[in-house]
Parts: sequence; structure tokens; C-alpha cells
Amino acid sequence: MTALDQPARRPASDQLRPMAQRRSILGHVREIFQFRELLGSLTRKELTVRYKHSTLGFLWSMVQPLFLLVVYTAVFAILGAGFPRFAIWVLCGLLVWTFASTAMLTATVSITANASLVGKVKFPRAILPLANVGSALTHFLLQSIAFAAVLVVTRHAVDWTYMWLLPIALVVAILVVSGLALLLAPLNVMARDTMHLLELLVMGWFWMTPILYQYERAVPFLERHGIPGEVLLLNPFTSVVITFQRAIYGTSEVDGIALLPDDGPLWYLGVLAIVGAVAVLILAVALKVFDRADANLAEAL
Amino acid sequence: MSSVSPSRSGDEAIIVEEVSKVFRISTTPVTSLKERLLGMGRNHYQEFPALNDVGFTIEQGETVGILGHNGSGKSTLLKCIAGILTPSSGQVLVRGRLASLLELGAGFHPDLTGRENVFINAAFLGMPRKEIAARFDEIVDFAGLEQFIDEPVKHYSSGMYVRLGFAVAVNLDPDVLLVDEVLAVGDEVFQLKCMSRIKQFQDEGRTIVLVTHAAETVRQVCNRAIVLDHGNMVIDDEPGKAIRVFREYLHGHPPSALDPESFVESPLAIGDVRVHHDHEGSRRHVHVGESVWVDIEVTTTRRIDDAILDLEVTDNEGRILYHVDTDSLDERIAPLDGTCSLRVDIGRIGLLDGEFPINLKLIERSTGRVLDWKERATSFEVLNTTRANGTVAFDVTVRS
Repeated sequence: MTALDQPARRPASDQLRPMAQRRSILGHVREIFQFRELLGSLTRKELTVRYKHSTLGFLWSMVQPLFLLVVYTAVFAILGAGFPRFAIWVLCGLLVWTFASTAMLTATVSITANASLVGKVKFPRAILPLANVGSALTHFLLQSIAFAAVLVVTRHAVDWTYMWLLPIALVVAILVVSGLALLLAPLNVMARDTMHLLELLVMGWFWMTPILYQYERAVPFLERHGIPGEVLLLNPFTSVVITFQRAIYGTSEVDGIALLPDDGPLWYLGVLAIVGAVAVLILAVALKVFDRADANLAEAL
Repeated sequence: MSSVSPSRSGDEAIIVEEVSKVFRISTTPVTSLKERLLGMGRNHYQEFPALNDVGFTIEQGETVGILGHNGSGKSTLLKCIAGILTPSSGQVLVRGRLASLLELGAGFHPDLTGRENVFINAAFLGMPRKEIAARFDEIVDFAGLEQFIDEPVKHYSSGMYVRLGFAVAVNLDPDVLLVDEVLAVGDEVFQLKCMSRIKQFQDEGRTIVLVTHAAETVRQVCNRAIVLDHGNMVIDDEPGKAIRVFREYLHGHPPSALDPESFVESPLAIGDVRVHHDHEGSRRHVHVGESVWVDIEVTTTRRIDDAILDLEVTDNEGRILYHVDTDSLDERIAPLDGTCSLRVDIGRIGLLDGEFPINLKLIERSTGRVLDWKERATSFEVLNTTRANGTVAFDVTVRS
């Protein structure tokens, strides 16, 4: 009974800290960083769970873009709107888009789908949408390896003067997607319509991004209708997609057809930098908004 | 930020400062954007106060039980301490690493194996992967799930869920451990294991908060208990007193609602209670047919002339085997004053195998007031020396 009557003391090593605290943006980032192992674990979980009971397993992540590729190539061949090595052109944009759209759609439902977790375990909830971004990114990287293999086998010549832009473009894409994921996930807790609205939006967004068509073809079209061509660049994914196309497809024009802006790597870098800066801003706002929503997530579910 | 209270010793593990929690329950479920937009500005909510200005401090090394019936706000309070819910006002401060076990298998994914879930579960509690890997064998060993650890947890029984969850939580080296009900699910062997681990935690000076409606558990392990009723803290005192108050609330009789203090300051307390039998020098167990008596020590602050002793003998699951009081037996207890002792002769034991706890209650006849109440005040163990099985020893012979 001595243990009960006279509790032994452990040295008070830590400070008292409030359990429910408003975080600054940097504090939030630091907290997420502290839980990076959880982010890794949850990302791995997303991947394992998805393919747990399928024979093809990870190969399924290749099937979807491949299937779309076949469909689009066929349709464009029928329309006579294709151009040489059209498949490689499409894949450049399609892989980026698959990453962005999958990440956004899965992240949006991440909190509502993990309601029991949010109500019972304490952890930075921002980890949930970010883990979906992580798993989409893993798929993207795997698909990219497969794509690279295809490029090697077909002896396709990429443009090495642009290739260094790819990691930058990818980081920009991750920033944009993460910011949107952090905004959409709590929004979907408050109104479940968010998910359905987003599904529609993503469909339209795909066609507003120059993935199947050429950027240089869309610009004059818009200008003929009195809309400045730069409107296309307001879409944050445009800059990422055209950078991938320029570097991997390897040329800004083919057989006299203008495909992409021909202003050199620095022009692309400039566009990416602007989008990147805006993305960081969105991310900061998203973290702030998420922090506000966080306090009510557990009971709103 | 609320003001810092002046009397801090530097040894507090948990400080709950005037915490209130109001849940807004929508009268019409508003979960669609349309309704949200149309309903803007209008109040669709009904406010439901779950906690009202609850405040207390738990020192490092204390084990505190939070008692309350369903809907009393005890789980809400625990979730506020765990940081899962944000208080509507007030704040909770915690020192050190906190691990909480709020529901069985929270954070477990059914499709993943036990091994994968251990890593994810521990990551939720903020434990680095390396540290988990180092303690993995210990965790699995504690849970006793060696053969099943690579099976998906959806094939686990609820007991196995709890065992794994508890094993992860206690192996995390937490400074503060929060436990909500869950322990009741495991089997007896595991419950003993949990209890001994909780005792070990106490010896190591860790802080434990247990939420439960089992007064039994509180009496066994806690050195303090808090009773909640409708979101209000009713009492924060030593377990015996708290449990009494809790029982009164449970039976719908708040101890003189105007002045709960009067109940707490009972003039009588049951002290040491011991079971005796003729062979206790040589063996612990009683054999079938031997006699047993109970010595009860009682301390009073004033003379009580008309005490009634109420006695229950139960089996280990708490089923009452025998219940009687001195009033019904027409036995009178001599006036109690100061420190006195009572002897209860239970007589020859007609029971077979098992441990049989005894519950005691002393009531003042003139006021009908419960003076003290001790559940599992003591117990005796019977060793079955006959060839029969079951609970009750009959004297069976056969004629032909």
C-alpha cells in the first residue's frame, strides 16, 4: 500500500504545456515535422491497404494511366488531332495530373473517412490529408520509373537543358496539392458536398490543363476570343505540366506545329517560381485555416 | 490564455483549469452546403453543457479515478485532458509524455496485421519507429499475441484488441497514462497483468487517470477519485468517500443536495477488516465445512447507538450468494464509540472452490443513513477437498 499512500516522485523533466493550443503556422509545420514518422506510417498504410487483397497489387497503379493513355491516343487518332510521339506527350501531363487529382480527391475525404481516429487519438490531424498526398506521390514516382523505362526502351531523346527543372516542378506541384488538401479536408467535414463538388471540378480542371492539347494552340484560340493567353497560367498545374512536357517530350515544336513556349529554361523557371510562391502562400493560409478548424473537428464528426 | 494560478508546486502532472465544454447539437442535421448557406444566421443548435467549470490538479505519481454514470461527462473530461477535444473555456495543462487508451483498437486498421498496427499505433502516440522496434518483442509478449501478430487484426477478438492496445500504450514510457473503461474487456489473466503493470507504474511515480464506472477498480488502485454528475464535479477526495457519494448519485439520491459535505463527513469509518479461520496458521485456504469469522475495526467520531451491519458474501464475479443485516437477524450491535471492533461469525462454509469477497455496510437506523460502505472489504478462499464440482457444498449420499 505504500505506493498508494506515498507516491514516488519522478523528476519533473518537462514543462507543463497546454493540451489544446492555437499554433502559429511555423509551430504547426514543426508539429507535423515531429510526427513525420506517423506521416510515413500512414502513407505506407494507405498503400498497403489499397492493394492488400489484389493479385496485381502495385501494378494496378500503372493500369489506370495506361488505360487512359490508350483511350486518349485512340480518340485523338480518330479525330486526326494527334502528332508524332503523341503517347509520350500525353503521359507527361497525365502522370502529373493523376498525382494531383488523386491526392486532392483522397485527401478531401481523409478526415471524414477516419472519423473514429480523429475522435479517439490525439495527433496533428493535418497528417491525414498529407498522408494521402504522400501515397499519391509514391504512385507518381513508381509510374515515373515505369515511364522512364519506356523512354529508354523507345530511345526517346529528352531535352537535358530542361530536365533539371523537373524536381522544381514536382515540388511546386506538391506544395499546391498540399495546400488544397489542407483546405478541402476540413471543408468536407463541415459540408460533405465538398467531395461531390470537387469530383465535378476535377473533371473540368483536367480539360483546362494543357495535357491532351498543346499550350501554344490554346493561347491563340483564347486570344481570338479576346481572352489573354496567360489565363492558362493561372491554373497552377499548367506550369508544372508544360515543364514536364518541355523537358521530357524534348522540343517546343514538331513538324512545324508549335507545342510549347520557346523562351528557354529560365522562362519556365520564372513561371514555376511565381506559382511556387503563390503555393507557399496558399499553404500558409491552409495551415492557419486548418488550425482553426482543428479545434472543432472531433465534435463536428 | 487564462491567468496562471499562483499555487503551483512544480510537481503537477495535470492541471485542469475551470474547464467547461458545451456541445452544440443541431436540431436539424446540417451537413450539406445548401442547408449551411440557407441556415446562416439562424440558430439551429441546442446547447448541451457536458462539463461545467471543472477544475483540479493532479500531482505527479498520483492515480486518480474519475467516476460517473453514463452521460456524466467523464469521457468528455478525459478527451479534454488527452487534447482530443478543445474545451469551450478554461484549459488543460499536462507535463510530460501522455499516452491515452480511450477505446479498444482506436487507430487499428482491420486489414493490417498486428505487427503493422503496433507500429502505426505507436506512431500515433508520437513514438519514434526505432524505439518501437526496440520494444516490439516486449509489446507482443505483454499482449500474449506471439502466434497472431502477423494476422490481420480483423480476425482478432475484442479481448485481443484491448490487449494489443494496452500493451502498446504501457510500453511507450508515458509520464501520464489515461485509460477509459477498456480494461474491463480483457480476460481475467490479462486484467491481473494490467493491474500489476498499473501498480508498477505507480511505483515508478507515473501519473494515471482511470475513467470508469466500476467503483471496485477505483478502490483497488486509485489514491484519489473524482465524481462527476451532469458535468459538475461533485467530489474530489479519497476513493472511499468518493465511491460512497458516487453510489448515492447512482441510486438517484444526491447526498442532501443542499449540503453534500455533510455526507462526506460521516461520523463512522470502517477500518481494518480481516477474515479468520481455525487453520490460518498453517494454510491460507478454508476447507469445506470449516468455520470462518470476520473481525471488523470501526472508528467513530461520535457515539452511535443504533448501527445496523449489512453483510454480503459474493462470488468473484460479484454475484450475491448471501445477504443479511443485523436488523433482520434481530441482533443488536452494542453502541459504537471511538475505536471498537465487531466480530461476525459466518459459521460453517458450505461452499466449494473459489474466492468469496465480502461487502460490508454500516447504517444508522434512526436516520437510515449509510455510515460507511466497503465493497470487497475482505475475502476468503475455499479449497475444495471433496470430489464434487460447483459452488455450493451439499451433503449428498445415495441409498439403494
